[in-house]
Amino acid sequence: MTKHIREIVSTSGIENVSRRGVLKGILSTGGLVLAIHVLPSRPALADDAPKWGADGMPHGTVNNPLAFVSIAPDGTVTIVCHRSEMGQGVRTGMPLIVADEMEADWAKVKVAQATGDEVKFGNQDTDGSRSTRHFFMPMRQVGAAARTMLEAAAAKRWGVDVSDVEAKNHEVIQKSTGKKLGYGELAADASTMGVPSNVSVEKTGAATPVSLSLKDPSQFRYIGKEGTNIVDGFNITTGRATYGQDVRLPGQKYAVVARPAVMGGKVASYDATEAKKVPGVVQIVEIPAPSYPMKFQPSGGIAIIADNTWAAIQGRKALKITWDDGPHATYDSQAYRAQMEATAKQPGKVLRSDGDFAAAYASADKKVEAEYYIPHNAHATMEPPSATCRIVDGKAEVWTSVQSPQAAHDMVASYLGLPPENVTVNVTLLGGGFGRKSKPDFAVEAALCSKAVGGAPVKVVWTREDDIHNDFFHTVSLERIEAGLDKDGKVIAWRHNSVAPTILSLFAADPKHEMPLEQGMGLVDMPFDVKNISIENGEAEAHTKIGWWRSVSNVPHGFAVQSFVAELASAAGKDQKEFLLDLIGPVRILDVPQKVKNFWDYGENPEVYPIDTGRLRNVVELVTEKAGWGTRQVPKGHGLGLAVHRSFVSYVAAVIEAAVDEKGNVTVPRVDICVDCGPIVNPDRVRSQFEGAVVMGLGVGLLNEISFKDGRVQQSNLDDYQVLRISDAPRETHVYIVPRGYDMHMGGVGEPGVPPVAPALMNAIFAASGKRIRSLPLGQQLAGKA
Amino acid sequence: MITLHVNGQAQSFDGDPSMPVLWYLRDVLGFTGTKFGCGVAACGACTVHLDGEAIRSCVTAISDANGKSVTTIEGLDREGNHPVQKAWRELNVPQCGYCQAGQIMQAVALLKQTPHPTDADIDGTMYGNICRCGTYHRIRAAIKQAAGA
Repeated sequence: MTKHIREIVSTSGIENVSRRGVLKGILSTGGLVLAIHVLPSRPALADDAPKWGADGMPHGTVNNPLAFVSIAPDGTVTIVCHRSEMGQGVRTGMPLIVADEMEADWAKVKVAQATGDEVKFGNQDTDGSRSTRHFFMPMRQVGAAARTMLEAAAAKRWGVDVSDVEAKNHEVIQKSTGKKLGYGELAADASTMGVPSNVSVEKTGAATPVSLSLKDPSQFRYIGKEGTNIVDGFNITTGRATYGQDVRLPGQKYAVVARPAVMGGKVASYDATEAKKVPGVVQIVEIPAPSYPMKFQPSGGIAIIADNTWAAIQGRKALKITWDDGPHATYDSQAYRAQMEATAKQPGKVLRSDGDFAAAYASADKKVEAEYYIPHNAHATMEPPSATCRIVDGKAEVWTSVQSPQAAHDMVASYLGLPPENVTVNVTLLGGGFGRKSKPDFAVEAALCSKAVGGAPVKVVWTREDDIHNDFFHTVSLERIEAGLDKDGKVIAWRHNSVAPTILSLFAADPKHEMPLEQGMGLVDMPFDVKNISIENGEAEAHTKIGWWRSVSNVPHGFAVQSFVAELASAAGKDQKEFLLDLIGPVRILDVPQKVKNFWDYGENPEVYPIDTGRLRNVVELVTEKAGWGTRQVPKGHGLGLAVHRSFVSYVAAVIEAAVDEKGNVTVPRVDICVDCGPIVNPDRVRSQFEGAVVMGLGVGLLNEISFKDGRVQQSNLDDYQVLRISDAPRETHVYIVPRGYDMHMGGVGEPGVPPVAPALMNAIFAASGKRIRSLPLGQQLAGKA
Repeated sequence: MITLHVNGQAQSFDGDPSMPVLWYLRDVLGFTGTKFGCGVAACGACTVHLDGEAIRSCVTAISDANGKSVTTIEGLDREGNHPVQKAWRELNVPQCGYCQAGQIMQAVALLKQTPHPTDADIDGTMYGNICRCGTYHRIRAAIKQAAGA
């Protein structure tokens, strides 16, 4: 048991460690950690000034080295990662930035995970492909400030001017004499040097302390370089890594929850007589039904607390519950699809109107129309949600795998009626996130269970069935596009009507339209050089919990738009690549931000992140060249498909080779994918994100589907909710990263690889078989037909 | 009373004999390296070795392990330096890492049977191990690297 506690501590933050007396140990021997206070990372902005990037996020950024860096007398540098690790490599990348800028030797760096505390660390909500984009500069400032303090300490020790000293690879060197002092030897003095002040503000809103000199990027030791292994590699490959599901505390109990199968359902009555007889069952606890809108509340239901997970699961089986299903018990995916198709044919709410679509369409030489359907999807993170809570002397401590530790903290405090300072949220590794773990409903369940047993530690375990039935699902979507071509095959009119229940339904009563965040994901920002455009959004009501799913509305919008471009190319009798580049048109900055009301571009300033068709064209040119588009011979029954999509202010194009055999089975021999995400920190983790996005995108295209009948999810586990397996994975995946200098701003990496994959696949299947798939997933649509 | 060896140590258990080996390992013994992913042998995250054979511990009752020997990821190599573990680290296979203990245990069993597997051998054996992050590309490469080691 002790072994496990120690492992949990090792993934906790400095503050967490401090409560166990370790910080005191460091302090008493003179480390760089002092009483931590927070510097404003930038001057306060006027209330009415638009807030972009990190400034638009709760608690913005913090660049205080005292919050992020500590140095032990033996020279070990501990750097705090305040963002959640879910496979994207943030626990390697963030500390790597600090280490490089502070001239620390990476081999002597340890990484500590922050607790949920945004006042101290800045925004921790790890989604939206934002971590490196928003914290590259603050983390550089943290590192540079620490380096400056170490240099000042050495200069003082030697009684020389700071201009005569230089920090290099974990030592400060006196230039004139070659004398050296290690970081460990300087830590105590450095902590008294004072944190360099910061006054200047860049366009991004991130502050650069004037007294700090950041490294010239040509001097980067780790940033942008190959050869950095992930920090958790050893623990992961030896079973030592701790995820939310793995937390073990002395005296811990285990719980599973029976939740309503229909959104809005409630327990009408229940009989726990048999459940209580199951050996090991300790207690039965009612979880209150949520109020609406749902937000991130637990769904309510009955929790069974037991001595181990198995007993809790057996107890739940023996529980008899009568449910009141509520108003959404008629939700039926088949009927809903028919309704969305009817809606899409009608005029929708106009979000963007260029020229005169109706007139141009009426005059078109050729008209093409198509409807695309993407069902609900479940996140199915390999680690089903889990959280552990214990409450001692009015103080709650939570261990959990969440993308949003601050939200978990605030919700647990609120549900338990505790002052915020009496709640601590420790963030474990996340066994996948994909947007699911932005919602800390399971942390609240653990808190309520712990409270019910007098504060003893309780771990709430979600089974896979719980996860599939009670997810915050990816929206279902019907995208209808109509276009008119002139006699030369040029597109003169484009109408896109998107119909999909909105994520806003979690937060507002019965919204019927996509919100700007969803509209901005490949819908209103349609990048084509077409004179007459109507972008519309038809009404749709949500009948289940809708949530973010890796790349969100870019999945349906990108699938529809990029499939339709290939259909238009066929209609015009042109090569898809040439047609696509013609449609994108000349290199220019789109005026969508000026044209579209409340345009949302991932929260970024359009002046800093213009929508640049040059970068879009470039990834198309590059990926087609690398993939041998137009020159590579593929065997009979194989075909190449192309798609490009900008999302999370990054530009991604993919070429997929698909093979369709005589039975209609589809395989994917090769994928080429090219990303322009601006400059990067860790090339290996950028590549791995795109390798993974290809697999996830192929899953969207080939297999993933959640459907509802009688308000209930029809799938229940990974045997009937199919995700991609190794046998379906591409034989070859090639990732190309457009090299960019650090004068350019960074784009997202975690999500933007997904949207172009499904349309590139369907375009490839069309090239291979002549069959056009407009309804996802492919499933058995080609079986026996090719 | 059920008796068995886990990672070389003798253990005994007198609880519910239908409890899956998975929960015995995780909740009773504390070997949390073996992961819960589905509970129905559909994902492979819980893969361990039972008398040297890769099994899904989530659907194997503890009674079926009576008198047998279980090896988990923690017991694969004392130093954590089995050639498969090393290859996994050298190629930075893991993303979130949650499935990787199961992947490694399955890959070790594969290499014992088929020391130099083809892509088809790899797909045929690793089919049952899902990785939601999509590290398949590197899993294939790491298995081949370990096979060459």
